Amino acid sequence: MNRRDSLKALGLTALSTGVLIQACKPGEEKAAAITADGELPPGRQEFEVARDKDLNAAKFFNDHEMATITVLVDIIIPKDDKSGSASEAKVPDFIEFIVKDMPSNQTPMRGGLKWLDLQCLGRYDKAFKDTSPAQQIEMVDDIAYPKKVKPGMQQGVAFFSLLRDLTASGFYTTEIGIKDLGFVGNVPNVWDGVPADVLKQYGMQDV
Amino acid sequence: MSGFEIKKSGTQYDAVIVGSGAGGGMAGYVLANAGLKVLMLEAGAYFDPRIDSAQLKWPWESPRRGARTTRPFGDFDASYGGWQLDGEPYTQKDNSEFAWFRSRMLGGRTNHWGRISLRMGPDDFKPKDGLTDDWPLTYQELKPFYDKIDRMIGIYGSVEGIESEPDGIFMKPPKPRLNELFIKKGAKSVGVPVIAGRGSVLTEELKDNKDRGQCFYCGQCGRSCKVYADFSSSSCLVIPAVKTGNLTVITNAMVREVLTDKSGKATGVSYVNTKDMQEYQVLGKTVILGASACESARLLLNSKSPAHPNGLANNSGVVGKYLHDSTGASLGGYLPQLMDRKRYNEDGAGSVHIYSPWWLDNSKLDFPRGYHIEYGGGMHMPGYGFGWGIDNLNGTVPGRDGKPKEAGGYGATLKDDYRRFYGTAIGMAGRGTAIARETNYCEIDPTVVDKFGIPVLRFHYKWAPEEVKQAKHMQDTFQEIMHSMGAVITSGIPGPESSYGLEAPGKIIHEVGTVRMGADPKKSALNKWCQAHDCNNLFVVDAAPFVQQGDKNATWTILALSMRTAEYILQQKDKLNIS
Repeated sequence: MNRRDSLKALGLTALSTGVLIQACKPGEEKAAAITADGELPPGRQEFEVARDKDLNAAKFFNDHEMATITVLVDIIIPKDDKSGSASEAKVPDFIEFIVKDMPSNQTPMRGGLKWLDLQCLGRYDKAFKDTSPAQQIEMVDDIAYPKKVKPGMQQGVAFFSLLRDLTASGFYTTEIGIKDLGFVGNVPNVWDGVPADVLKQYGMQDV
Repeated sequence: MSGFEIKKSGTQYDAVIVGSGAGGGMAGYVLANAGLKVLMLEAGAYFDPRIDSAQLKWPWESPRRGARTTRPFGDFDASYGGWQLDGEPYTQKDNSEFAWFRSRMLGGRTNHWGRISLRMGPDDFKPKDGLTDDWPLTYQELKPFYDKIDRMIGIYGSVEGIESEPDGIFMKPPKPRLNELFIKKGAKSVGVPVIAGRGSVLTEELKDNKDRGQCFYCGQCGRSCKVYADFSSSSCLVIPAVKTGNLTVITNAMVREVLTDKSGKATGVSYVNTKDMQEYQVLGKTVILGASACESARLLLNSKSPAHPNGLANNSGVVGKYLHDSTGASLGGYLPQLMDRKRYNEDGAGSVHIYSPWWLDNSKLDFPRGYHIEYGGGMHMPGYGFGWGIDNLNGTVPGRDGKPKEAGGYGATLKDDYRRFYGTAIGMAGRGTAIARETNYCEIDPTVVDKFGIPVLRFHYKWAPEEVKQAKHMQDTFQEIMHSMGAVITSGIPGPESSYGLEAPGKIIHEVGTVRMGADPKKSALNKWCQAHDCNNLFVVDAAPFVQQGDKNATWTILALSMRTAEYILQQKDKLNIS
């Protein structure tokens, strides 16, 4: 089978690859659910489908926690001139799912949010989400830099580092995040090595 | 009515094959194409990459963005199974830490493997150092089968003329990515050779084959290929063999025991249907095990009878012994000079583009056998884990303004950092020869059964100084290569406290050796044709027959051995009373 036939077998031609991308926009993801006649979606195992269904039906964070997470993830990844914010990419929903999927994150996240609220109550007499933007930044400055942490702030640093990592993973795995990074793969193509201008840029022409 | 009965089929097949991975798949393919009536039993589900592969899915199509919660290599990976299976435990003896990976699906682990397809060399079959036993065959005897596999399945690579790394019949290899050019230049500057990778991916049209497509460079072989451009036993062997009309496959069939008659000959197998828990017996003139090295050993040890009181094919007592997995250690970092690099599609092929075959003389080193190095890095599709630990990166170099930057942070400058560091990562992993030892073994746990009532395996496996010293050498080499190209190491440098990052045995998923071949029936279970010394219509075609694995990944040798055994069975048709 030649290359053109391969792509035909895949239901693709070079021209239709754009269609493929459009067909998989976020929000349009096909729910991995057992169909009416009990058939599994292709490539999924029965226990995985049942597990996802259970996780989607459960709720972990309360409204206050979700609102706090939303403020925090937008401090971590705000909107800028290149792309939208973490909340625009639905990162809070991803975090809600992932702590149900990986329960070991539940206590660090719930406890960390509580720790943050108590810090803010002591400092500003308000829960974190209800403090002013300037106060929020003042608070975050104390927990955002693991190498210069002040005494008593280590727990906050651990929480914020986890949240930063979850936010990044949640954001850059959406269409918004992938476009921001400039990832242009995941489409049928022909790899013929590093482009000539890039080889030249790094002096790698003869390697 | 008791409601409990064993359903016996009256059909006698020419061959019953247990397992549908590389070994079982190849035996089934050869025998079915030769006109034999073959039954194949697979413990897991049906899987056809054309339908079931997650190829070209985007990360957001998984609610966990491809995380590893239910699959050890992530939500899009084509492996049903892992190191732990619900209801199918295994146990450890003397605080062993052997990790047993099982894929329960048509094609087994070949659906998700790295497609790195290396031949073992002459010294791997007949070691010059005398430390481990010879195989009962030479490289020259196996070479014609490696050649046939290359032509039949397809492999890319470059002809190098290295004796210990025999060349095959290669398609053109994919060119190196940018990170790999840095590695190639750096490694060469410190005396480590780097050559084109060798992978079973079709970079050219496969001659005389209308079913398999050519690679379209998505870099996702781990998800299995919808156009069959990479080698999976499901797509390249089992499904085509079914089309001959001579191969019947039963999935969800967990084999319990090999049945034998009074004279000790194999007559078939018994299995349990994992869906309805009903018991079955099927008959075959020959029985071929390709259930995976440890599972085949388990089956033999569980097949006790008056004729085979020590377990089938185990008069020698070696079944389960000489278990060995490749050694593995790795190091990760990034290349600061690649920050803010130009974007383009460098997905490439899903197997390795470059690697370093073993290049030193062990007689001048403090450990006996070598390793090869596999490399990675570049502008991959983001998935769960992307951006993780940015605070280990963004404090190590000045910010865009040239001023020192505090690790961690938030906001616009953090967002900029994720862009700047994207595609700069590099990683290297050693895969080395572990010595086959009688003292590393699996056996039947006397007290534990799985959910099907089948006695489970208990492992006893300890690394020895030879493997630890080899891992230390890997780490020293990795650091030298990293430094030569100005890389920053971010993974931490493992030292003696962790045996230099030496992975637990089983983690590299190259376990072999548990039903070994040999000329002497007192010291081996199988003869040079992978035929049991004690039962001439029983064969083993997975990695269990390996006497001693080289640093080369096992699959290409499994395929060559299985093809050779299947052809031997055809030659012996009269003696085996096969139609």
